[in-house]
Amino acid sequence: MLDAIGVASIDDLFTDVPEAARLDGLIDLPTRQTELQVERAMSAMASRNVAASHAPFFVGAGAYKHHVPATVDHLIQRSEFLTAYTPYQPEISQGTLQTLFEFQTQVALLTGMDVANASMYDGSTACAEAVMMAARVTRRTKAVMAGSVHPHYVEASKTLAKYSDVAITVTDAAPADLDAVIAEIDDTTACVVVQTPDIFGRLHDLREISRIAHEKGALVIAVFTEAVSLGLVEAPGHMGADIAVGEGQSIGVGLNFGGPYVGLFACKDDRRFIRQMPGRLAGETVDADGRRGYVLTLSTREQHIRRDKATSNICTNSGLCALAWTIHMTLLGEKGLTTLARLNHETACELADALGSIPGVEVVNDSFFNEFTLLLPKNADQVVNELAHVGVLGGVPASRLYPGRFENYLIVAATETNTPEDIAVFAKALAGVL
Amino acid sequence: MGMNTQGRPTRMAENIATGGYADTISGSRGLDQAEPLIFERGDMDRCGVDLPDPKGLKTRLGGQERKAPIGLPGLAEPETMRHYVRLSRKNYAIDLGLYPLGSCTMKHNPRLNEKIARLPGFADVHPLQPAATVQGAYQLMGELAHWLMTLTNMPAVALSPKAGAHGEFCGMMAIRAKLDADGQTGRRRILVPESAHGTNPATAVQCGFTVDEIPADKTGRVDMEAFKAKLGDDVAGIMLTNPNTCGLFERDIREIADLIHEAGGYFYCDGANFNAIVGRVRPGDLGVDAMHINLHKTFSTPHGGGGPGSGPTVLSEALAPFAPVPYVVETAKGGWEMVEHMDDAEGDPFGRMAAFHGQMGMFTRALTYMMSHGSDGLKQVAEDAVLNANYIQARLKHVMTPAFDGTCMHEALFDDRFLKDTGVTTLDFAKAMIDEGYHPMTMYFPLVVHGAMLIEPTETESMSGLDRFIEVLEALATAAKDGDKDRFLAAPVHAPTKRLDETRAARQPVLRWTAPTDTVEAAE
Amino acid sequence: MTTRYTEDHEWITVDGDIATVGITAFAAGQLGDVVFVELPEVGRSLTKGDEFAVVESVKAASEVYAPVDGEITAINDALEGEPAKVNEDPSGDGWFVKIKLADASQLDGLMDEAAYNAHIA
Repeated sequence: MLDAIGVASIDDLFTDVPEAARLDGLIDLPTRQTELQVERAMSAMASRNVAASHAPFFVGAGAYKHHVPATVDHLIQRSEFLTAYTPYQPEISQGTLQTLFEFQTQVALLTGMDVANASMYDGSTACAEAVMMAARVTRRTKAVMAGSVHPHYVEASKTLAKYSDVAITVTDAAPADLDAVIAEIDDTTACVVVQTPDIFGRLHDLREISRIAHEKGALVIAVFTEAVSLGLVEAPGHMGADIAVGEGQSIGVGLNFGGPYVGLFACKDDRRFIRQMPGRLAGETVDADGRRGYVLTLSTREQHIRRDKATSNICTNSGLCALAWTIHMTLLGEKGLTTLARLNHETACELADALGSIPGVEVVNDSFFNEFTLLLPKNADQVVNELAHVGVLGGVPASRLYPGRFENYLIVAATETNTPEDIAVFAKALAGVL
Repeated sequence: MGMNTQGRPTRMAENIATGGYADTISGSRGLDQAEPLIFERGDMDRCGVDLPDPKGLKTRLGGQERKAPIGLPGLAEPETMRHYVRLSRKNYAIDLGLYPLGSCTMKHNPRLNEKIARLPGFADVHPLQPAATVQGAYQLMGELAHWLMTLTNMPAVALSPKAGAHGEFCGMMAIRAKLDADGQTGRRRILVPESAHGTNPATAVQCGFTVDEIPADKTGRVDMEAFKAKLGDDVAGIMLTNPNTCGLFERDIREIADLIHEAGGYFYCDGANFNAIVGRVRPGDLGVDAMHINLHKTFSTPHGGGGPGSGPTVLSEALAPFAPVPYVVETAKGGWEMVEHMDDAEGDPFGRMAAFHGQMGMFTRALTYMMSHGSDGLKQVAEDAVLNANYIQARLKHVMTPAFDGTCMHEALFDDRFLKDTGVTTLDFAKAMIDEGYHPMTMYFPLVVHGAMLIEPTETESMSGLDRFIEVLEALATAAKDGDKDRFLAAPVHAPTKRLDETRAARQPVLRWTAPTDTVEAAE
Repeated sequence: MTTRYTEDHEWITVDGDIATVGITAFAAGQLGDVVFVELPEVGRSLTKGDEFAVVESVKAASEVYAPVDGEITAINDALEGEPAKVNEDPSGDGWFVKIKLADASQLDGLMDEAAYNAHIA
């Protein structure tokens, strides 16, 4: 090969590298290892973690443990899905493009919105992009976020807006209602951002806030972190939301220690909205023979064409996670999703009854889907660590998300994966550490 | 003799009809099976998942029950399997053949990575579990950080960026934060070569900068005179891809770094092409202040039809204090902890980029790949990638036209001069490659080259595989020059679909399935 | 009525103090099939050189610049539903906006047809 190229050695191909930066030997890292050696080392690391399926598990706050059917993982490991790139050549990417089109339709249906994009990195970045999109659509600069939106989502939004002209106001997290958000809406407001179920698990009716926001010309961004809830509760699109964003991890994706996940992004079918939407879009068209097919479309919004005037710098989305989501959703269908949502809710009701009956423990929520908040007689962080010590993964202390606040509050989640025995073990352990 | 006269005919019939049945009754074409949308196949009562019956408890939803059906169809498990397996067969993939998309680094994805990422200790762990129950996950992040910092000779790395563009955002935010902290509020201009990825200017604007483009010189590299002329006290920095998008190493990179630093700005390196130099050159030795690393390119995590990616970003001493939260630190007792809040951080983080801690599933795969290869194997990765690209360039330069003279790094860039007066465009040439069983190269990028064709074979192609590919491109180039235009204009004719009407898709966007109107009327 | 041209491929035809502005057939041809035109609001005042519209094809997006100072008095709403008019009839039905001229002398600085044809040759 070197002869064909006309050089004497590999080194001759690296002569453009400045001499001072050429390395003589190897970088100071271990050298190659066999598959077996690597597997041993990685397994040892993995074994230092307590897997969710190996303990009574009640941790949520934006990521939830659900059962993912075996079919999903098999299909996403098909070479043709796993090792394909972004579908730039549509004639040999119809598999990816049609599944994205199906994904967009399912997301739109689930959220009660008109259209959805082909996914974002995760729920938090979808939320941040929605805030920026609302500012572009309304040509306004004030965004009001409810304090009960997942604090990581608020922080990600603040980061994206930090050096733009968008100013984000965050209301206090404590009130159970949205009155503080409503009070902030004025003629300069681009959008209000509200989450339901919120970080404490409480459900909100968005009709009133939507009416008031729309009167002032502001958009409503509805956030959800538990997509399964939409099997049972009202969709944001049916409560006046203009943009719905959320985390899709619950359907098909798994916990993965926080990522990769899949951001869902849907909005109204309004040319102003769609042209300001971030991310990729699959659209229907026909081929030269008139047969139906799909392409990536409206790319002029995107960075590879629009460069410094793009709606977002996003390039890669979360394709494989979107595929997993769409396969799981296809397996569920409306019937399965509704049943799954009900099972989650019922398990949470039983958990609330079991924990709420422990002396000194109060269930704070008036309403919830599969997650609620407890007020404990002692520091929740300490409680969680003591529970872990006895083999129970008992929720997220609210202070982990709101440092220095809500120190006795514990956010607990229940899903279809929790058995009555799990609940009994948790209740007994919690009573024991208080 | 006893003779069995029954059974199937074993001879080809004579005078067999060979044409006239191109259109099938079903729309399928043999193994290329037509597959409708799930919305045209499934129904709302079908379900492919085993679930127990709910008990019918009274709900506590605060009156928020959904009122109307959602409209989501379901399929049974075997139907679901067929639907997606059939669709998968309409995709090209690395596992099917050479995938020479320049700048995208479509290398083989080792399956050990997939196995490791699925260990319950990694895949089935929640990001907000108590620290004592996730020490292995923190350790993995710590080890990955160590590998990335050592390979780049940089003192810090932010692991949380979720893709390359997100990593660019991280690095540019750190530069902006540093400038603001030093009171350099007049520095808002970012220099970006014309050949840059579109994400670069988009990112710079996202961080409140303006973009000033630098032209390329005739060797395909930064025009040094133009660059020097643009320096000034309003310059915040430069975003430079190296090796650049023309597949060339920026020879003057040290001087560029020195000049930008002397001018008071910072050097952001787009690390999309790190795979060309990993193990051989450390960006920290080139004067880089920040660089994202696409784990899905250099470190072989699968592209998955468009993500997920992962874009850890290394930072220099000057920028490290502004790194985003969260990050892991090793404790005095040999354990690990996660710094999650701005107030708990040692420096002055510019913020949090996303929920939780980053793309753990990509971290496990990338570290598995790094450990498998080691420092010696990674060096060979870069060398073989560069060798393969040069082999393609050398073998094709007599029929195609390399955009620039000399050897290249990991990708070979051609322009469309060899197609002049053939009536065949870069697009047509690319589509003809589809008929030959190959995915086309990146086309019309970088923008500085007319009708660009950017070929990145990667290191995971054998010489015999490259020879077959080269022979096909040679034959196609010859066919174009010989006036066999129709082959190109009609292409692809052997793909699952012919060329698709992108104008129609953009003029009348159909972004979702909707029920046919007559069905709606019938339902009413 | 005379038609003048800019180096950035806008045309401008003046009738009294109202000018009609669009992009040239050459520009439309270079862009390819136009799929979307973003037009400004009526009433906006422009300074020569301002970006006032964006024209998009499948593969490209280009800004359109004001050839003269003035106030926008009308926009071609029909382009929203039928962007193809820009390709089919760029100097007629494919017009973008009408501008009330602030300074007619600015037209003198623009190219006539012959000069424009030489510019694109």
